[in-house]
Amino acid sequence: MILVTLPYFLMFEFSLHPYLTVDKIGGPEDAYTLKNYVTLFNNTIHFGVFLRTILASAFVTLLCLVLCYPMAFFLAKIVAPKNAATLFLLLLIPFWVNEILRSFAWFIILSYQGPLNAALVGIGLIERPIRWLTGPNGVIVGLVYTYLLFMLLPIYNSIQSLDSNQIEAAEDLGSPLWRTHWRVVMPHAKPGIASGCVMVFMLSAGSIIVPSLLGSPGTRWFTEIIQQWFFEGQDWNQGSAYAFLLLIMCTGFVMLMMRLLRVRLADIAK
Amino acid sequence: MIENPLGRLIIRLYVVIFFAYLFVPLVIMGGAALNDTKFPSVFPWVGFTGRWFVDLWYDERMWTSARNTVLVALAVVAISLPIGTAAAILINNLGGRVRSFLYGVMVAPILTPGIVIGISTLLFWNEIGVPAGLHLSTLGQCSFIIAYVMLLVLARLQSFDPGLEEAALDLGASNLQVMRRIVLPYLYPAIGAAAVIAFFQSVENYNITLFTRGTYDTLTVYVGSKIRSGITPTMNALALILIVLTVLGAVFYEVSRRRAERQARQESSERQALELIAQRTGEITA
Repeated sequence: MILVTLPYFLMFEFSLHPYLTVDKIGGPEDAYTLKNYVTLFNNTIHFGVFLRTILASAFVTLLCLVLCYPMAFFLAKIVAPKNAATLFLLLLIPFWVNEILRSFAWFIILSYQGPLNAALVGIGLIERPIRWLTGPNGVIVGLVYTYLLFMLLPIYNSIQSLDSNQIEAAEDLGSPLWRTHWRVVMPHAKPGIASGCVMVFMLSAGSIIVPSLLGSPGTRWFTEIIQQWFFEGQDWNQGSAYAFLLLIMCTGFVMLMMRLLRVRLADIAK
Repeated sequence: MIENPLGRLIIRLYVVIFFAYLFVPLVIMGGAALNDTKFPSVFPWVGFTGRWFVDLWYDERMWTSARNTVLVALAVVAISLPIGTAAAILINNLGGRVRSFLYGVMVAPILTPGIVIGISTLLFWNEIGVPAGLHLSTLGQCSFIIAYVMLLVLARLQSFDPGLEEAALDLGASNLQVMRRIVLPYLYPAIGAAAVIAFFQSVENYNITLFTRGTYDTLTVYVGSKIRSGITPTMNALALILIVLTVLGAVFYEVSRRRAERQARQESSERQALELIAQRTGEITA
């Protein structure tokens, strides 16, 4: 076992570095100041983007949860295990395709002269094509589509370990469907729900390509501003300050979920 | 579980819509690769063409970036497998505070936005004087992929019977022998799965690579820049190729899985028959 520790320490160093460095570079190295952080709060546009990113990511997370919970339950408890494996394989196919290309697919669908508008006009639901890609719609649809699986898998895992007899017992005792879920299935699936929420929130808040492709100038994402500081502004210190805030925000969200659902880190990271 | 037919119908419908939501975009994207328009779309349908594939084939930049992607992914697998496995074994043998602290440190990169990992990797190595490039992308990607490897191996380790290890030690095996002959063979399935996941996570990665790549391209970065600047259906062609490859892989996997299942069932029924015969002969002779 001692042999093992050597590479381990290497790795320990390794994973610590990113965190230390962001810490260190928080203010400009030579004269530790909080100036870079203050910039964010003074700049109303950037601060607005920051808040909107949080809100939109939270919304995406909620949407994913609502969409995935019934599906996860279906896969774990209703469908026969043999078919479930096949369905899973089908589910995985879209997710082997690159994230960028998947949001690109939505870009095509939602574009002004795209198939969605054509179809809706075709069946007479709307008279004129709608501009889907203004406002936050496009980004939200794209993010939900891209990160759906990160919600589905953990919830599925946690529901699967629930003893089906418990559900049947609840039903035999006359519990209506919603209460069975609220009191029996959901509490059991809590770690899965927490881990799915954390993953989806973190991924959407940290996503670059989806918002830049599907968003409009009015709905910029916080990561895009960070990227701008780095590549266009060449102000790395400012950029790192922003990145560090993003990190704090995500860590805060993890903490919040752990507190809210009373689960441990080991349960989340499954 | 759900008895009333209406409930069944609703859930069936939901599943169908869910899958449609997942697959229609892919179909449209693939279809656009075959449509003869400058801007990728399936509507209006102009005509069938294969010229976007030809364009893609002659795209030098695509080939170099594809090669870079594979190189980085292989390096990531080579680095993260041993370290992740070692970390899992170590954590499995620890207890108490130390264990949960190390566990937290190891898992943290998964819960960190990629952009933060990318930036911090870039800044850290820049400080020491290592310029950005593919090697940094590799290191940056490793920091979170190692965590995946560790989690997968750890999950398998938890069902490992420590008695085996002790038995081997009692019989005079050295630590190294125990590791090579007992522990690692038990972990091989998990390590194999981890290798596949590590490879594809690396190929998929955009955020970390974008900040650490220097002047090199990887496939994702290339696709990203292509899509942002001039949109042409060549990207759809690339997407269609990827989709077809994925579907083929999935079909292959499914077929081999079913065959293995059938074989297992056949074997067990054959064994049952043999046992039955043995039992009957026993009864008769008695």
